Amino acid sequence: MHLLAAATPVDAITFVIASAIVLLSALGVVLARNPIHSALMLVLTLFGVAVLFVAQQANFLAAVQVIVYAGAIVVLFLFVIMLLGVDRTESIAVEPLRAQRPLVAIVVLVGMAEFALLSRSNHWVTGQPAASGSVRAVTQGNPPASDVTVLARSIFTRYLLPFEATSILLVIAVVGAVTLARKSERRPTEEEVTK
Amino acid sequence: MTVGVSQYLTVAAILFTIGAVGLLIRRNVLVMFMCVELMLNAVNLTFVTFARALDDVGGQVAVFFVLVVAAAEVVVGLGIIVAIFRRRAGATADDLHILKG
Repeated sequence: MHLLAAATPVDAITFVIASAIVLLSALGVVLARNPIHSALMLVLTLFGVAVLFVAQQANFLAAVQVIVYAGAIVVLFLFVIMLLGVDRTESIAVEPLRAQRPLVAIVVLVGMAEFALLSRSNHWVTGQPAASGSVRAVTQGNPPASDVTVLARSIFTRYLLPFEATSILLVIAVVGAVTLARKSERRPTEEEVTK
Repeated sequence: MTVGVSQYLTVAAILFTIGAVGLLIRRNVLVMFMCVELMLNAVNLTFVTFARALDDVGGQVAVFFVLVVAAAEVVVGLGIIVAIFRRRAGATADDLHILKG
């Protein structure tokens, strides 16, 4: 396979370090007691994923990942945590849903066994290549193309309608956020609610 | 060691599992939200891996759209969390069972 032929020791080392960062800090997100620590671990995870993007010739997406995710989304999380003062501990002793923990353990074990089985196979890839632009042109093209060019050509031709739809989605999100977070002048009465 | 498609997909799958388990075992709404972000990132990593393997930039376009949707989702979700906090103290998801119709 062409991917294996292109792999160098540097690729392997980068992959191992980046995936170790991703997986360990993802565990940190889940296990940290303090939500602020979770948010900072999330930054580390997102950075590791960005490194894995660069290792696969998705340079533009790696930059967007760091700027939008680590820069904007996690900062938004931290804002909310700091504003609301979420430092109280979780009450894990109370168990409203019985049997949810054994269920989770079973799901995890089955899932992990599945992944272990699937990772033994190397025949993941089928289908028609390059329906909407070639990624390989970024490194092996003559002359080499910029991955921004390839991505932009695809977004603004083949995926133009979804791209325009995202603008509507963003407007809806902005309006929704303003409506939700605005302090209401008065509480609606019971009558109005039932109406 | 050679780094192929399956290694990347395995990392993405484990990341997705960590996110899913975190979503199930944590009670803090904000941390649950972060676990959703972990799962989205695992899917993004899968998309980029297949984009490279299939030599088709459509996977990277999908990641682009996932980023936009994730940003919108976080904004609305945090708006909801702020609105809930204004009514009641505490961010434990199980306390919100009163929401059921």
